[in-house]
Amino acid sequence: MTEVAVAVHGLKKDYGKVEAVKGVDFEVAPGEVFGFLGPNGAGKTTTISMLCTLVNPTGGSATVAGYDVVRERDEVRRNIGLVFQDPTLDGYLSAEQNLRFHAELYGVPKSIVGDRIKQVMEMVALWDRKDAKVMTFSGGMKRRLEIARGLLHSPRVLFLDEPTVGLDPQTRSAIWGYINQLRHLEDITIFMTTHYMDEAEYCDRIAIIDHGEIVVIDSPEALKASIGKDRVQIQTGDDDAAIKALREKFDLDAAVREGAVTFAVASGEEFVPRLFAELGMPIKSVSVSRPSLDDVFMNYTGSTIRDAEEGAEAGGRAWMRAMARR
Amino acid sequence: MATEAISVRVPVHSAGHDLRAVKVVLHRELLRFVNDRTRMLSMLLQPVLWLFVMGTGLGSLVRGTIPGIDYRTFMYPGMISMTVIMTGMFSAGSIVWDREFGFLREMLVAPVSRGAIVVGKCLGGALVATGQGVVILAMAGLVGVPYSPALIVTLLAEMFLAAFTITAFGVMLAARMRNMQTFFGLMQMAIMPMMFLSGAMFPLANLPSWLHLLTVINPMTYAVDPMRQAVFSHLDVPAQVNAVLNPGVRWFDFQVPVGLELGVVALLGAVLLGVGIAQFRRAE
Repeated sequence: MTEVAVAVHGLKKDYGKVEAVKGVDFEVAPGEVFGFLGPNGAGKTTTISMLCTLVNPTGGSATVAGYDVVRERDEVRRNIGLVFQDPTLDGYLSAEQNLRFHAELYGVPKSIVGDRIKQVMEMVALWDRKDAKVMTFSGGMKRRLEIARGLLHSPRVLFLDEPTVGLDPQTRSAIWGYINQLRHLEDITIFMTTHYMDEAEYCDRIAIIDHGEIVVIDSPEALKASIGKDRVQIQTGDDDAAIKALREKFDLDAAVREGAVTFAVASGEEFVPRLFAELGMPIKSVSVSRPSLDDVFMNYTGSTIRDAEEGAEAGGRAWMRAMARR
Repeated sequence: MATEAISVRVPVHSAGHDLRAVKVVLHRELLRFVNDRTRMLSMLLQPVLWLFVMGTGLGSLVRGTIPGIDYRTFMYPGMISMTVIMTGMFSAGSIVWDREFGFLREMLVAPVSRGAIVVGKCLGGALVATGQGVVILAMAGLVGVPYSPALIVTLLAEMFLAAFTITAFGVMLAARMRNMQTFFGLMQMAIMPMMFLSGAMFPLANLPSWLHLLTVINPMTYAVDPMRQAVFSHLDVPAQVNAVLNPGVRWFDFQVPVGLELGVVALLGAVLLGVGIAQFRRAE
């Protein structure tokens, strides 16, 4: 096995004037679960598409499993598994037929195709549905089948682009169960994108990407520790007055996030009694939370991921137009 | 549940690997066809209507001018090609369908050449179309065409060739297309005039020169004529009627032999296939 599973240097992609990815650098070690976290339109899918040889970069270079994504495209493709955001299954074929098709296209040796299909389907608990047509499957079952298919040819790197988007919480946690199990069963590196903060915690390391640039890369624990403060959100009758009072009385920077006055403070629980005593205005409700990746995101990008997505809408539309013109 | 992962060593790129890709794309085409009975029936209905309804109606009108032969016998080879062409086009159209539903992506990201995928698609389409043609072939007795093994083999081979070329044509059209409606619109627009001008429905003898010119430049003429010549060579038809119904194709004063006609179809098929592959290579 090569020493790095994925190595990226100054990777860039622009669509006309829109810079989707503005020169990113990072490395992923073999066996790692690496997460790309960012709001929609931040450049996650564009980056993953370049690594999967689906989109040609306009600058920089990248290797996956030791192969250059531009010059050694077929070698890269042979060594990666892909699970896209949108389903790419043939609904008219049975689950097993879909996997057989994949095995043939990827040249899996004939003598082991049957056993391998059984193994990956058992891993995602779909073996008993192998003869059912895929069009009868629910969204979660389709995604599980796609994960099984992505693993069929024993890729060195598995790319998951938003593997749990649009699924109900139960199915999401089931899929995370499979991914965790996978790490123990297979010698594999997992590269995934997500915009769910809670899912990013499953990763060994996270890169936060915003506006086409990597803001920070570290483990979830280190990122949270780097914040060192709790998040406090309060509901008041007059948000502007509350923000002003917080600055004057406690020297705290607060802002309205997700409809509540939000600020970060060390030892949040101990701060709450002081807050009530000294703020000098009524507080309707208060919540204190330990730093989450959401706070990390907010700390490094200055907005919560949900707010960032609303703001990115306008930029996203420009990007869509640029894509449509291609 | 197995705890040891079965390790898969995917071999390096080879001709054998591309061949497997061709085979599996072809295999899927057959599976899809067998699973879709409605499509099978609808593809059959139109030629059968033409043959037995239109053929019978027109036949009663022209009975006096073509003694000794049923008009439906004349239409028969034309209807075989019509079936084959419609089925082939439909198979090609499934590429657009695959694109809409995402499956095309699964094929395009695989470590196989685009050529293997396109060739597999065209062979699959041709095989499915030939299979559909066999059903029309089975009706030979109903329109007075003998079940001669030599005739059947000849027709099968000619059907396959025609089907391959038309599927390649369809794949070329489908390469850039994003939605089914556009494809079917274009397909209708292309197929109708090709059918009318191919000699599938009326004989090409004694046509006004402008119409004759159009039939000669219509590639489908060269797919229909060999089938008609094969059928007529197994019939006992008066020379004078044969001259009207089965005139063959003439380039000025040159009577085009069947071999050359088939060569034209094969060459066209190869060219269309090449263009189709090139389009898929470019359409990233």
